[in-house]
Amino acid sequence: MQTPSLELKGSSFTLSVLHINQVDLEKVTIELDSKLSIAPQFFIGAPLVVNLSLIKDPEYNLTALKDLLVSRQLVIVGITAAIDAISAQAKSLGLAIIKSGKQSQTQPQLPKTTKIVKQNVRSGQQIYAKNSDLVIVGTVGNGAEVIADGSIHIYGNLRGKAMAGASGDKHAVIIARSLEAELVSVAGQYWLAENIQLNSTTKSGCIRLEGESLTIEALPL
Amino acid sequence: MTQIIVVTSGKGGVGKTTSSAAIATGLALKGHKTVVVDFDIGLRNLDLIMGCERRVVYDFVNVINGEANLNQALIKDKRCPNLFVLPASQTRDKDALTKEGVGKVLSDLSKDFEFIICDSPAGIETGAMMALYFADTAIVTTNPEVSSVRDSDRILGMLQSKSKRAEEGLEPVKEYLLLTRYSPARVTTGEMLSVEDVEEILAIPLIGVIPESQAVLKASNSGVPVIMDQESDAGKAYSDSVARLLGEELPMRFVTEVKKGFLKRIFGS
Repeated sequence: MQTPSLELKGSSFTLSVLHINQVDLEKVTIELDSKLSIAPQFFIGAPLVVNLSLIKDPEYNLTALKDLLVSRQLVIVGITAAIDAISAQAKSLGLAIIKSGKQSQTQPQLPKTTKIVKQNVRSGQQIYAKNSDLVIVGTVGNGAEVIADGSIHIYGNLRGKAMAGASGDKHAVIIARSLEAELVSVAGQYWLAENIQLNSTTKSGCIRLEGESLTIEALPL
Repeated sequence: MTQIIVVTSGKGGVGKTTSSAAIATGLALKGHKTVVVDFDIGLRNLDLIMGCERRVVYDFVNVINGEANLNQALIKDKRCPNLFVLPASQTRDKDALTKEGVGKVLSDLSKDFEFIICDSPAGIETGAMMALYFADTAIVTTNPEVSSVRDSDRILGMLQSKSKRAEEGLEPVKEYLLLTRYSPARVTTGEMLSVEDVEEILAIPLIGVIPESQAVLKASNSGVPVIMDQESDAGKAYSDSVARLLGEELPMRFVTEVKKGFLKRIFGS
């Protein structure tokens, strides 16, 4: 079989992004020159993406900006985060409109569900509730771990580790009928057994994040 | 219907082999045809406790490998006609046990026996996993101290996730707690966890409490299962446990401290 003369493959590259915060081209020129003078070799021929998110003027002269950058031996690959009028200019100049990785990752979040475990979680067992709350009808033993992206409710004793908001949900809570945990954590903030003892006088409790630190509340159980 | 019972614990030295021997003997004494299988390949002890170490010719691994048939390897107990022992191999290691091989031997034994008692090795590796994999019932042997309780909790987790019944989604393995080496006096002084403490942590039904007893060591060294010594507390407690395993309801004995009388304190017991 003949080998094809061309192939199309996806690949990702790291590009420098130049943020333009000013409409005034003169000011931009001065600041750019001073930046370039710090490490001229580094920037020569460097491919750049220009971020125009702060430029709201539809009459903005993109051609002038391009000429400025080209005169400094910078290579513009494309622009990003620009308003529609400027994007149209870019098209006519032959520049690509690039969406940054962060922008394109705005997938709708999966709806949260609930995972129910109707037995004791024994030492050495690990339960992870992905994208959901976790309800344990039973006891979490020493050396067991229960982890959820949402909140964790334990209708028994919590003697092992419980980690709520495992993917960063700061509104997650941990509720247990009896808190004797080795470790509790909400969105990465954690307490060991001794911290819980210091902060709590009751058996049952609700642990949540308040600002950057954990708090515990007694529950009327 | 044959019942496969695993005697397990996670931790070593808590009394699995002593309990296996006692329970198997107890079931046989009640007229049930019983075999006790030693899964502790490489650290064979059950034959010593059962007092049949001089009669081991072929073993469990020989049977799995097809080097001997079951009838050649089974040792008939001299004291009790319903009782047989399948000894472990002393010269091999746990990797000699395969799921297929063990399954084949257990299904062959099921044709002849009412009860198959599997004496599990300590740990959570191949040997222990093979011993519990086919079980219908588990007797979790636990000492009243924290490390033993935690290891038992771990084994209970394994029973719920790694056993054949769990994997095939059948009715879960029945789990019973057997508390051994219990000393009510030391519970009173706070040195030892109480029955209630252990029950609360493990949350499985209690099948027996075996008191710490001089009789156990004596029985082990003389190769007579302690349940044969009906004079001793431990022997009586094992008899009760066997009765409960067969469905009888009996109150727990030997769980409270017996206060010694004045004269006994002076002259000793």
